[in-house]
This record gives sequence, structure tokens and C-alpha cells, in this order.
Amino acid sequence: MFAYVLRRLLYAIPILVGVNLLTFALFFVVNTPDDMARLQLGAKHVTPEAIERWKVEHGYDKPLLLNTRATGSAQLTDTLFFQRSAAMFAFQFGKGDDGRDIGNEIQTRMGPSLAIALPVFVIGLLVNITFALLMVFFRATYLDLWGVVLCVVLMSISGLFYIIAGQYFIAKLWNLLPISGYAGGIHGLKFILLPVLVSVVAGIGSGSRWYRTIFLEEIGKDYVRTARAKGLSEIRVLFRHVLKNGMIPILTGAVVVLPLLFMGSLITESFFGIPGLGSYTIDAIQAQDFSVVRAMVFLGSFLYIVGLILTDISYSWVDPRVRLQ
Amino acid sequence: MSLVTSHFVPVLLWTDALIFMLLIVSLAAVWWIRRHAHLRAPWAAVARRPMAMGAALVLAVFVVIGLLDSLHYRERLDDSPPDRPQYSVEVLSVFDALAGRLRTQQEKTYSAPLAMHLYAKEFTERDGATVRDYPRLKYGGAHLKQADEYVPDIVRRILVGLLQGLAGSLLLFGLLAAWQARHERMRLGGWLSAWATGHLGWPGRTVVIVLTLMLILGAVMARLAAGYHVFGTDKVGQDVLYISLKSIRTGLVIGTLTTLVTLPLAIVLGIAAGYFRGWVDDVIQYVYTVLNSIPGVLLIAAAVLIVQVAIEAHPDLFDTAAARADVRLLALCVIMGVTSWTSLARLLRGESLKLRTLDYVEAARAFGVSHARIISRHIFPNVFHLVLIAIVLDFSGLVLAEAVLSYVGVGVDPAMYSWGNMINGARLELAREPVVWWQLGAAFVFMFTLVLAANLFADGVRDAFDPRLEERR
Amino acid sequence: MLGIGLLAGCSDSWNNPYPDTDAHANVLYSAFSERPKHLDPARSYSSNEAEFTGQIYESPLQYHFLKRPYTLIPLTAEAVPKPRYFDAAGQPLADDAPTTAIAESVYEIRIRPGIRYQPHPAFARDATGRFLYHALDVAALKDKTQISDFPQTGTRELVAADYVYQIKRLANPRLSSPIFGLMSEHIVGLKALGDALEKASRAHPGTELNLNDFPLAGAEVVDRYTYRIHIKGKYPQFIYWLAMPFFAPVPWEADAFYAQPGMADNNLTLDWQPVGTGPYYLSENDPNRRMVLTKNPYYHGETYPEDGDGADRQAGLLADAGKPLPFVDKAVFSLEKETIPYWSKFLQGYYDSSGISSDSFDQAVQFSAGGDPRLTDSMREKGIHLVTAVAASIWYVGFNMLDPVVGGQGEDRRKLRQAISIAFDYDEFISIFLNGRGIPAQGPIPPGLFGYVDGVAGLNPYVYEAHGGKIVRHPIEMARKLLAEAGYPNGRNAKTGEPLVLYFDTMASGPDTKSRLDWMKKQLDKLNVQLVVRGTDYNRFQDKMRKGNAQLFEWGWNADYPDPENFFFLLYGPNKKVATGGENAANYDNPEFNRLFERMKDMDNGPERQQVINAMLEIVRRDAPWIFAYYPKSFGLRHDWVHNVKPNLMANNTLKYRRIDPDLRAARRAEWNRPVLWPILLLAGSVIAIIAPAVVAWRQRERTTA
Repeated sequence: MFAYVLRRLLYAIPILVGVNLLTFALFFVVNTPDDMARLQLGAKHVTPEAIERWKVEHGYDKPLLLNTRATGSAQLTDTLFFQRSAAMFAFQFGKGDDGRDIGNEIQTRMGPSLAIALPVFVIGLLVNITFALLMVFFRATYLDLWGVVLCVVLMSISGLFYIIAGQYFIAKLWNLLPISGYAGGIHGLKFILLPVLVSVVAGIGSGSRWYRTIFLEEIGKDYVRTARAKGLSEIRVLFRHVLKNGMIPILTGAVVVLPLLFMGSLITESFFGIPGLGSYTIDAIQAQDFSVVRAMVFLGSFLYIVGLILTDISYSWVDPRVRLQ
Repeated sequence: MSLVTSHFVPVLLWTDALIFMLLIVSLAAVWWIRRHAHLRAPWAAVARRPMAMGAALVLAVFVVIGLLDSLHYRERLDDSPPDRPQYSVEVLSVFDALAGRLRTQQEKTYSAPLAMHLYAKEFTERDGATVRDYPRLKYGGAHLKQADEYVPDIVRRILVGLLQGLAGSLLLFGLLAAWQARHERMRLGGWLSAWATGHLGWPGRTVVIVLTLMLILGAVMARLAAGYHVFGTDKVGQDVLYISLKSIRTGLVIGTLTTLVTLPLAIVLGIAAGYFRGWVDDVIQYVYTVLNSIPGVLLIAAAVLIVQVAIEAHPDLFDTAAARADVRLLALCVIMGVTSWTSLARLLRGESLKLRTLDYVEAARAFGVSHARIISRHIFPNVFHLVLIAIVLDFSGLVLAEAVLSYVGVGVDPAMYSWGNMINGARLELAREPVVWWQLGAAFVFMFTLVLAANLFADGVRDAFDPRLEERR
Repeated sequence: MLGIGLLAGCSDSWNNPYPDTDAHANVLYSAFSERPKHLDPARSYSSNEAEFTGQIYESPLQYHFLKRPYTLIPLTAEAVPKPRYFDAAGQPLADDAPTTAIAESVYEIRIRPGIRYQPHPAFARDATGRFLYHALDVAALKDKTQISDFPQTGTRELVAADYVYQIKRLANPRLSSPIFGLMSEHIVGLKALGDALEKASRAHPGTELNLNDFPLAGAEVVDRYTYRIHIKGKYPQFIYWLAMPFFAPVPWEADAFYAQPGMADNNLTLDWQPVGTGPYYLSENDPNRRMVLTKNPYYHGETYPEDGDGADRQAGLLADAGKPLPFVDKAVFSLEKETIPYWSKFLQGYYDSSGISSDSFDQAVQFSAGGDPRLTDSMREKGIHLVTAVAASIWYVGFNMLDPVVGGQGEDRRKLRQAISIAFDYDEFISIFLNGRGIPAQGPIPPGLFGYVDGVAGLNPYVYEAHGGKIVRHPIEMARKLLAEAGYPNGRNAKTGEPLVLYFDTMASGPDTKSRLDWMKKQLDKLNVQLVVRGTDYNRFQDKMRKGNAQLFEWGWNADYPDPENFFFLLYGPNKKVATGGENAANYDNPEFNRLFERMKDMDNGPERQQVINAMLEIVRRDAPWIFAYYPKSFGLRHDWVHNVKPNLMANNTLKYRRIDPDLRAARRAEWNRPVLWPILLLAGSVIAIIAPAVVAWRQRERTTA
């Protein structure tokens, strides 16, 4: 088990190097260090000397991938790419172009992101499973039919509309909750309610429909028929067997997104003014802050790989036939 | 003839070319499927589903509008010399020509749906004195002399539209009944009773009802649009109905062309990884894990910026605003395709891994049949249903993604008609007092209709093609 | 639902984003939409940063809060300094000496004694007088992430050396001050200091530079409270820079404190944690969420101005005359990036004022018969007040004068530009996109600045005409005629017959880009000229401007200081963007204009200067290198409980004048934010209504099968 995880983590290194190389190439095609300097220095009274100085100060005066002026291994190491990437593997993200420490920023922003993402994940899972079970329970009645239609309808609405409508009605028209903002601790509860509610509702459509199919698949299996033939009541069958076995694909499917919860949600966070990693990423894209974007890409891919490993482990845990090798 | 041709010069944008290529491929596929019974069977199953058929009809309307909007041309300038015709830089489409007044009748600024006045008060000269009032619109309700004619006029238009729609659908229904009865060699009465009781073998009732509803809706809209702005006007006084209809093409292009990019990558790489295994598998898995692990938005943001740079570097290649917007749309499709092929590829890889161990595939290999032949004969046909399901399922997700990307600022060109841009603009409108809601509302209605129809149709296709689901029912 | 119920127990307004305990506190609430990048006075240059730095740092001079035109008054200085002039031999010259004779101007500034810095750990000393926190190691800083994590604070008296220290900081290459380039042309020895610092910085890359070791010839400390600045030649505009945070004092202790290893890693830098003498200090700095300014307990004190005009008295702006400043104990700025929440919270009473210029608030305003803006009835019922002011800035559409089609000084090119200027109906633009929040521009100088001529006398005769005392745009026929004379009858090249196609470059961002681009196209349709709009991002746009690849482009300029020189220099030939990288983006270069500019910039305000300015205006209006689009007006809204608001586009230290009535605010908030409960009941009811029949049906089925 331990050896397996270790090997998988080592296997992750070439992937992370690839990710890094790709983002590096993409963003430097677009934004030369000169562009970045100009963006940071503002529009007024900017002289070419000021740009040169900024580049030197921020270490952007080195060649990108290959330093032809250096000798030996320094040809590769004394470059922008190496200097910026090597530290990242030790989770030293350095400073953003605005001068703030990225690692520090990630630490403080993780909390708010999780404060939204975790409840959305847990409540969403519970609500979706409840809905799906209800539909399965009342299968072949009008509730199931219209439940599925409702799911498809809910799925067909863009997430942006849920947010806009939620803010407009609940916060603005009915004065029930603050429209945006964030605070730590118990006082922060009222800020979290609205984004969580909106995100959960936005996810009901696809979530419950998917779980419904999983439960239906389970219900059609032989052991369920046997159980029913034994005279177990419908509710017992549903909870004892269908729910229990259906949870395996649901949970293992959910594990992969678990680490990514840290990254937060781009849209929700910026609409509701949550100072999390999602809005950090959006800000970085809009400000074209290359260092932050790369740090976020790195973090995102790392967490994704962790998610994959967790999925494998959870598979072997629920199904002993799957062996980790 | 020469008179007609010299009035415009056709313009073939990149996306137009791809759309029509896609159309030709689809038509060829339809022709191919019709000739093969085993391919036809699942489609016949789709055709038996009322929900799917109703959705398909709605989709068809969207597709027709999108296709009409993909036939682009540049108008000849009125006063250009006949020997050396010159053309406007504005790129129009056949749809624009059909929409005619919708496009050209621009008000000054906001007006509410079906309004006859602007949404903001202005100073107007009336009887020699300056008064502050809501000015009348230049076009919307301009035919009315008195304000009290307004309600009767609207009611009259709705009623006329209703009647015209009903009459049209009755006519169509009659023709359909006559043709079907002849085709099935039944008596008209017999066919009608079979239709009414739902014993036709295809969802005749649903199709007719949906068709009737659409015709009525279309006729009422057309009646109203002739005199009013049905969905109001936007900030620069453009008809919101027109904007919403123009956005259909953008939505369809993103939903379909992206899959066009996805498919070759996913099919070739997915099957290759599963079939060849070994180092091929390793490399492909490496590539798709790398791509998958980069948050999509960031990748798309970078790609869109690259395209911007490319456009600025070659201003002569993209000499019209339409060409610039178009190439950005295409780039968006490509990059979304590049980021989204991985899930399908993974699915196909798994399936191919299973298929390659089957007896007849092993046997074929033992006989020295070439890999290309095995893949095209044995593997590909057996995973095709997965590809198809993926196409229809992805479509709606892509349409929805466009809105979010435009919101983040990395979506389609800001000058392009799209639902994402409409929603983006509505952010400011909702903060107005009183609220301007119709642009958001129109975007919602159109997007919702398209996505809902696509989802319902996709459900039908999936149920028909996925044998696992079929046997459970 | 339970959560909502719990909250209901705590307060009357469920949607209150602030703790209920603060309901009656003397705290001002507002928002910021973008996190400030720099709070270091040597680096900060944008207006959203000035909102904070203006309250914290005190430059020697400030603008009078009420007086118009903008007047400089002393802040920490004893008096507004008058420059003394010297010739090349160092001999003093008379005040009216010719510009050419002046080799150096000297500003001697005397600051008031007894001014103290805000409490800050950088000043904290132990019993023996040694600095407590100047020799910390990384380990000691591990858990220190905010300034408030340091238990001890201290203060120190402000001395003249702090001002000189800050001027040296402008040259520090590690700070890349945005005005270093400009100032090194004016301040004696600043360039040399910059070079010396850069050399030292390269020689010792890891270590902090001690600026006290480097001399600056142009800034000298005379005594504890007096310092002198030497300016090359004559630069009358320099006095305005002395009212900007760039010339505010920075104590060397702060630099030494923040230079300690480990500080920067915890985001403890002067760029984020300012140290000033102003009425407020930054007590909480969480740019991701909120920034809090708290009253500086060591503030030297100032009183509310007593000299305002009749209009100010009528507006109640003199009610607090003579009272000690500041009024508000605390100011809380919350991050609000989206317009909808911002606007909603303002209407709910959770923000006291709505920032001075935001696009989304325009529908709140109507225009009265006289064209004066007025709030809508529903707004006025809420007791919301409107604050308007014309900003000292201009938006323009520039023609690239290097472009073969629209550029050049030929008579036909000039007519083409004039025709296009008439066709771009910015009067309509203002009413559609700004809802009247702008004034059609008649030239480069906005109102409120010396040189601006009001009314019909100041119209641009090439675009406008007087019509019964009103300024009206020339009819479009005139533009068509000019276009024909320029060689494009009906938008066609008279020689080749080809249609005229123009390219318009703009930074396309923001939700209403699409509408704006459509509008642009519509304008030239009137002339049958084809316009291709090329929207692009900031970097690409800048790139084009630098290379001179654009044809038409849209740009704006915000005044640094209220002097016409700050606008005319945008058209001064030697400032051309292409080749010199200056601010003259149109690359306009007219020798006559250049000559007049050189004369005008050193003149004192007066009839003679006005004459020169008029001559310059005539030249640029005729040459039309810009379409003078509009001078934006800023509209702000404030609630009834906010007092002493007068827009001042030059001053940014106006928070200290603000007064609020917290009790009225608490009452209004409670009144406006009563929760509406029926939707919750309706939702619960409908869920029951949907599920109940199914439950009943299931029960029956159970009973029959059992």
C-alpha cells in the first residue's frame, strides 16, 4: 500500500513537469516579461528603463528555457523556467507580480474556499441521494416521471442564472441573507448559507439523475430480487441493499473531486465575494499575473493526481478483488 | 442572373466551412445508416420516444436558424461602379436578410418588451413646450396613433398569429395525414384514429402537438415582431429578439465544432492506447493526465490570449470584424475540444482493452490481419455507440460552458452575439433601477430551450444505444 | 432553514453583513472593487490606492476641501512654498526672471513641529532606548502575520529628514517608482542617485540598501523642520506634486523594520503596511476581504475649513466649520467586485456612499428641465443624495498622425479628421452610455482647469456651432462635404472609387463592450465610411500604440494636477509615443504648437497665458489629431446620514472631513431590511403538496400488498 502510493507520487513528477512546461510555454507566448512589467507599472509615465529595472527586480531578465551565455549545467538551470519551476516542487511558490507571497495567500484563502466547497459537497451529496432515493422509491409513479423531468430542467439552466436569481430574490428582494461577503468563525455562517444553497440547488439536477440511474441499476440486480422474494419490505430493501451497494460507485466517484475542493469554485466565489482560491485564480487570470496562475495550475494538477490515487485506494478498499500493484 | 450575383459576394468564414462540412458528414451518415438495418434499429428506437422526437423538432428549428445564419455574404455597395463592384465590410448572413427589419430597426436605447415608449424619460418638444416624458419609439408601436390603441392592437396581433398558426398547422396536419395514409395504405379515418390513440408506431401525437405549438408561437411572434420589439431593446436600441436569435449560431457552433475537434483525438488516441497497450498506452495516458490535471479555465484563458496575439500579428488576414470574431470562436472550440477529449478517450481505452481480448479479435490477430483492419472492422464499430452518446451528452454542457467562459472574460469575442455576452451585459442591467431584465430573460429562455431540448434528445439517444439500460427496463 | 431561523433570533435584519454590535458605532462603510496593488507612497499611483494612502500619508501640501478652482494649502508645511530662482552661476534671480535665465529653482519647505507618526512597532523602544523590533530573526517572525501581532508600539516626531528620505526612495530601483523617470528630469541629482543605487543593488543583490548612505544633491535637510528641493530650470507644476503621496514622509525606521529577513514572506512590507502621520492608520489589512482604517491616536489635529462660498453653506458643508477633524472613528472598506451586490448593499444601507463613479448607478438619476441631474423619486424617498462633479479628465479618440490614411498635416487629411470628428456624435454617446454623466469636450482642457473657456465662447468651431446660445453639433451634411473635399465623396476614394475603410482600436473589456462597439460602427455609417472595430486586450493595445500601428484609438487621461500643461503635453511633439515612448499617443507634432507649449508651460496663470492657450486650442482644433469626446462627470450617491461630501477630484484625503449619523443609519437599515417570509412558507407548503399524494399512494400500496 505505502509503496504503491509512493510509486504513484513519483509517477506524478513527470506529469507535473509536463504541466509546468505546458503552462510556461502557453503563457510566455502570450505575455512577454515586457508586457507583465507594463501591466504592473501602470499606464502613466512608464519609461523603457523602468521596464528594464522591473524585469531585473522580478527576475524576468533571464532567458526562458536555455541560457546560451552560461556554461555547463547552468545553461539549463540559470533560466526563467528552471528557477521558477524547481522551487515549486518544494511548494515554494514565491511571490506574485504584486509582491505578495503566494504560499501565504494560498494558506489564508484555502479556509474560505473549503468553507463553501465542503458544505456544498456534503449537503449536495445528501440532498442528491435523498432525491434519487425518493425517485427510485416512487419509481413508475408520477413523482418519478416528473422528478426526472425536473432534473433535466434543472440541468438545463446555466449556473449563472442560479446565482443571479438567488442573489436577486433571496438577498435583494426578500432581505433574507447578506448578498455577498465573508467572515471567519460563527459570524461567517450567514455569508455561507446563500452560496451553499445556490450551489446545492444548481447541482441537484445532474446529481440526482445520475444517482437515480445507479440505484436503478442496483435494484435490477439478482440479490435485490432475492431479498424482495424473502419478503423484506421495500424500505428495507432500499436502505439495506440498494443504498449500501449504490454508495460504492457514488463515493468512489466523489473521492476524485475531494482534493480539488481546495481549489474552490471560480464563479461562485467571485459572485459572492468569497476570498478563496477560486476568486484568486480569476483575479490572476484577469490581471495576467503569471506567477499566481502557474502556482494555481501546479496546485490544481497536484491535487488532481492526489484525487486519482485516493480513488484507486478507495476502490481497493471497497472491493477486495481490486489489488493495488 | 448577373444582376443577382453582383449584389453580394459570398463570404466563407472558417466556422461556416466546418459547419457545412459537418452537415455533409451528417447527411452522409444518415444515408449510410438508412441502408444498414442494424444501424437503423437504435435510431428507430429513438424515433419511437415522444420526448426525444419532440426535442428533436425543437432542435431542428434551432439548427435551421443556425444554418441560415452561417451563409455569410457581403453586400455590394449601392453606388459602386458596375464594372468594378465594391462590397461593404460588414458581413451579413442569409438569416440577417430574412430578419430584415429586426436587424435594422434600432431604437435609441433600452425599451421594455412590446413597449411603445423608451425606458427612460427624455425631453421632447410637444406643442411648442419642452416636456419630460417617455418618448415614443422610432419603430416599436410606431403605427399606433393613440396610446389607447395599444392593448387592442396587441390582442389583435396575438389572435391573428394564433389563428394563422393554427391554420398552418391544420394544413400541415392534413397533408401529413393524407401522405401517411397513402404511404401506409390505410384509409384516412383509420390513420386518424390510430394517430389519436397513439398506435402509429411513432409518436405522432407529440410530433403534431409540438409542431402546432411551434407554429403558433412562431406566427404570434412574427405578428408581434412586425410592429414591436418582442423582447425589448438593449442599450444601443438593438432588438433583443434579434440578438437572441443570432446567438443561436454561436451556441450551436460551440456545441458541435468542439466535438468535431474532440472526436478524432479521442477516437484515435483512446483506441490506440487500449489496443496497442505498452509504451503507446503510457504516452497517451501521460498526455491526457497532463491535460486533464490543468484546470480547464486556465488553459482556455491562455489559448484565447494566444489567438488574440495571432490576430494582432496578422491584421491583413482578418480584415473584417466578423473574421476576427470568427477565428476567436474557432479557437475557443479547438481549445475546448483539446481539453475535453480526455474523458471520452479514457472510456474508449477501457472498452478497447476489453475488446482486444475477445476471441475473434485474438483470432484475427493470429491470422495476421493488419492492425488498421482490426481496428476499423472490429474495434471501432463496437465502441461507436459510446462516441455517439458522448457527442449528444457533451453538447448541452458545452453550450452552458460558453456562458461561464464569457463571464470570466475568456469566452467568445466581446463583439459577437452570444448568450454568454448577453448574460455578461445583464450584470450591469440588473444593477439598474428600475431593473432591465429582458436581455437576461431572453438569454435564459433561448438557452434553456436549446439545452433542454438537447438534454431530452440526448436522453433518448442514450437509452436507445446503451444496451445495458435497455434490458433493465 | 434552521440556520435562517437561528439568525433571526440575533437581529432584525437578517441580511446585515456586519456584526450587530456595530450597529450604532461611528464607523463609515464603503467598498473597494479591486485590491490595491501598492500602498507604498513611492509606488502607489492609481486612484483606488490613493483612497487609502491619502488618509494615511501626509504630503506637505493639500488641496482645500471646499474651494474651487482647486487651491493648494499647507498640510504639514507651515506655508505653501514659493520657489526662488538661481542662474547658472548660482546667483539669485528675481521672481519674474525669464525662463531661459533660470538654471535652478529652490523650494524651501518648513514643516510644523510636533507632528507624530501613527503607533507602529518600528518605533517601539525598550527602557534603554534601543529599538525593540529592529534585530529580529526569522524564527521570531514565524507567527507574526499582521502588524497587530507585535505587542509594543511607539511613535516619533515627524522631521524634515523623513521627507528627504522619501524623495531618495523614489530613486530606489527596487521600488520602481512610477514617477522616477519623470522626476529625474526635474530634481537635481535624482538620476545620479538612481544610477548609484542601481549599481549598489547589483553589487549586493541580497541586502537592503541604506538610503541614508547615499547623498541626493537636489534635496537637503536645512534643520530639524526644514528641507529644500532643487529643481532644474523652472518647473512651476512641481508645487502640485508636493500635494501627492509621492512626496509624503517615510520614516527610515519603517524601512529598516520591514527589511528584516522573514518580513516580506509574511507580507509585512511597507507596500502593504503603511506607516504615516495622517488622521487614520491601516489597522486591518486583508485585501482579499476588507481594509480597516482607524483613527490615529497621535494625530496632530486639524480643523474643518471655515472658508467656503454661499453654495457650500447652503449645502450644509459649513455646518462643522472649525470643529476638530477627523469625525469618523473607523472606516471599513469591504471588497466588492461585482456590481449587483455593491448596488444592492448600498440600497440596503450597508454602504454609506456609492463610490464616485460607477457605471451601474446611472438609472438612479433623471435630468430636470434645466438639464440638472436629479434622483428618481424612489431614491429621494429613501433620503439618498446625489453628488456630482466634472472630473479633471478627458476621453478622446485619437488619430494616429503617422498613419497614411488619417494622419499627416495635409489639408485633405485635416478635413478627413474634421469630418470624422463631426460624425462621432458623442452627445448621443453621453446620453446612451453615460446617461448624461459627461460633457461633450471642446478641446483638451476639461472644466475646472485654467484655460478652459465656458459656454459658447469656448466651443470648438470645427465640430460645433452656436445656436441661440446653445452649443450644437454641425449637421452631418457638413461632415459629408468635408469628406468630399478630403477626396472621399460619399465615402469613396475619388480617384480609385474604393470605399474608405477605417480601423478602430480599443481595449475591449467589460460587459457593455458589445454595445459600445456597435455604436462606433453606427457613427461612421452616417458618412458611408466603413469602420472595422478591433477590440483587444490591454497588452496588445499598448503594443500597438507603441509601434504606431493603430489608426483610430480610444484613450483617456486623468489629470495629475490641475494645470493645463498636464493635458497639452499629451500633444507635444517631443512626447511622441512612437520612438520616444512618451504620452503623445496620437504622435501629433506641430512645430507651432510645440513652440507655444514650451512658452505656456512655464507661465503663471493670467490673461497672457490664456492668450497662448487660446492659440494652442485653435491649432489642435483645426488639426483635429483627437476627436475630443467628453469630459466625464462623476456622479456619486450618499445616504442621508452621511455629511460633508463634496467631490474633490484632486484631493484624496477627504475621509477626515466625513461625518455620519450612526443612529439614523441603524433606524433606516432596520426599516429597509425587514425579511420577507412568505416565500419560505410557500416553498415548504409546495414541497408538502407535491410529496403528500405520493406518500398517500405508497401507503395504500403497502397496505394492499401487506
